Amino acid sequence: MSTTAETSAVATVAKPPGVLKVAFRLWRTRAGAIIALALTIVAIFGRYVAPYGEQKGIAKAFQPAAKTRLPSTFGSAKVGHDVWTRFLYGGRPILIAAILSTILALVIGTIIGLAAAYNRRKLDGFLMRTMDIILALPQVITALVVLSMLGAKTYLIILTVGLSTVPRIARVVRGAAVSVVERDFIGAAEALGESRTRILFSELLPNVAAPLLVEANLRLTFAIGLISGISFLGFTPDLGAANWGLMINENRGGIIPNHWGVTLPVLAVALLTISTGLIGDGISRAAAGLDRQKDEA
Amino acid sequence: MSNGWGVTKFILRRLGFGVLTLLIVSLIIFGATQLLPSDAAQTQLGRNATPASVAKLREELGLNKPKVEQYTSWLTGIVTGDPGKSLVGSKLPVLDGMGDRVINSLFLLALASLVSVPISLWLGAYMARRKAPILSNSMLALASMPEFVLGVVLVIVFSTRLWKVLPAVSAIDIGKGPWTDPKGAILPTITLALGAIPYISRTARASLAEVLQSDYVEMARLKGLHERQVMRRHAFPNALGPVFQVIALNVAYFAAGVIIVETVFNFPGIGGAMSTAVKARDIPTIQFLAMVLAGVYVVTNIAADVATILVTPRLRTRLQ
Repeated sequence: MSTTAETSAVATVAKPPGVLKVAFRLWRTRAGAIIALALTIVAIFGRYVAPYGEQKGIAKAFQPAAKTRLPSTFGSAKVGHDVWTRFLYGGRPILIAAILSTILALVIGTIIGLAAAYNRRKLDGFLMRTMDIILALPQVITALVVLSMLGAKTYLIILTVGLSTVPRIARVVRGAAVSVVERDFIGAAEALGESRTRILFSELLPNVAAPLLVEANLRLTFAIGLISGISFLGFTPDLGAANWGLMINENRGGIIPNHWGVTLPVLAVALLTISTGLIGDGISRAAAGLDRQKDEA
Repeated sequence: MSNGWGVTKFILRRLGFGVLTLLIVSLIIFGATQLLPSDAAQTQLGRNATPASVAKLREELGLNKPKVEQYTSWLTGIVTGDPGKSLVGSKLPVLDGMGDRVINSLFLLALASLVSVPISLWLGAYMARRKAPILSNSMLALASMPEFVLGVVLVIVFSTRLWKVLPAVSAIDIGKGPWTDPKGAILPTITLALGAIPYISRTARASLAEVLQSDYVEMARLKGLHERQVMRRHAFPNALGPVFQVIALNVAYFAAGVIIVETVFNFPGIGGAMSTAVKARDIPTIQFLAMVLAGVYVVTNIAADVATILVTPRLRTRLQ
C-alpha cells in the first residue's frame, strides 16, 4: 500500500538508471557479453554440429589436418580423435560446473553476508571469523584434497568450488551491506514490522546489487579458471570424455606435429575468462560512475 | 611504551588467530580423508586386495586406533617433522627429497617476486599518472586468465612453435639446486609473475592515484620539486601500505599457483609433488603438503597485516 510504495520509492532514488543498463553502454561490457555468449553457445550446443562422434578415431594421434585418414580441419588429437569434434564437446562440462558452483556460492554467500551485516551484535563476529578460516585454505588445495579423496564427480566439483567461494562473496556482500543497514529506510522497515527475511532480501539486497554483480562476474571468472585448471591436472568425472582443461594437458605432448589440440582449448578458456572479466570490469565502472553522479548530486 | 605494546598485542592476537586457523585447517584436511568411502588401506591396495593384506596395512597405518588418537598422532607428526611414509612406490618417508623440492619452490617464488614486484610498482606508477588504456586493459586480460593457460601459451610461443628459445620443461635434477639450470626456471617464473603483476600494479595505481591528489603532494609540487622527487620522496612511501598487503597476498597466491605452474613445466618443487601425490592418492603426502602450503598462506597473510601496520603510522596509533 502507500507505505510500501514509499519505501520502494526511496530505494529507486538511491539506485538511478540501473547499473546493468549503464554498464551495457560501455564497449567492454558489450564485447565481453558477445564473446561470452558466443563461447557459451559453442560449449553447450557445439556437440550437435560436430563432424564426428566424441570417441571416433580419425587418424593416428597428433596428425596435422593434411595427414588424417578421415577429413579434418584441425587434425587429430590424442588417441586419434578429431580435434575440432573434441573441442566442440569439451566446453560443456567446464562451463556448466563453473556456472552452477558460482550460483551456489552466490546464494549462500549472499545470505551469510546479509545476515552478518544485519545482525552485527550476534552473528557478525562468528560468521566472519568462520569465513576467514575457510579463506585460509587456498581454493586449489581444498579442491585437490577433496577430489583426490572422494573422486572427481561433477557434483563434488560443483560443491567444493562453490562452497570454497562462499567466504569471498560473503565478505563483499557484508562489506557493502554494513553501511546500508545504518540508513533510515531500514529503521523504517523495522518500525513497520517487516519480517527479517523481507528486510534482508527486499530492502538490503537491492542496495548491494552493484558490488554483488561485480563480484559474481569475478567469481565466475575464477571458477572457470579453477575448474579448467583441476581438469588440466586430470580431475574430471570421466577421463575419456572431452574437456577443454584435460584436452590442453593431453595434447601437450603432440604440440610439435599438431598444435591445434592445445591451441583451440587454450584460446577458448582464455577468451571465456577474459570475456567474463570484461563484463565484470564494465559493471564496476558503471557502478563507480553512478556513485560519482550520486556524490555530485 | 604504550605504542609498542599496542602493536605487540596486535601481532600476538594475529598469531593466535593464525594458529587457531591452522588447527581448523588441519581438522578439515584430516577430516577429508575420513570421508573416504573405504578407508585409506583399502583405497591404496585397490578392490582386489586380500583381506589379510588390507588388515596388515590398516595395522601399519594405525587405522585401528580411535579417530582422535589418529588425528593427534598425525598432527604431532606434522609438527615434529615426521609426517610418516608415502603410500606409493617404494614407500619412502614423505619427507624424502622434500627439502630439495622446498628449496626449488622457494627459488621459484623468490624469482617470481623479484620480477613481479618492481615491474608492478613501475607499471602502477605509470598508470597512476597517465590513462594508458591499452596497458590497463591488458592487465585486466592477464588477471582474468588462469595461470595454466598463461603457462601453456608461453610454451607455445617460446619453446615449441614460434620462437624456440626456452625449454618447455625444467630439466632440473632434484638435489642439484635450481640455479644449475637457470633456463628451465625462466618460463615458470614468468608465468607466476604474470599472474601476480595485474593485481599488484592495480593496487599500486589506485593507492598512488589517491596519494597524488593529496595536499602534501600538491605542496611538494608547488615548492618546485622535480616530479621524480615528488614521486620518490612524497608519494611512494605513503602509497606503500595497501601495496604491501597485496604483495604478501600474492606471495600467498604463489603458494597455490605453484601446484599448477610446476605441473605445467615439470618443475621439481613442492607444487609438482602435490600434483603427483594427488594423482596417486598418496594420502600422507597430500595431507602433509596441503598443511605446508596452507601454512605458507596463513603466515604470509599475517606478515602482510603486520607489515601494513608497521608502515602505516595512522593505523599504528589507532592500536594504542
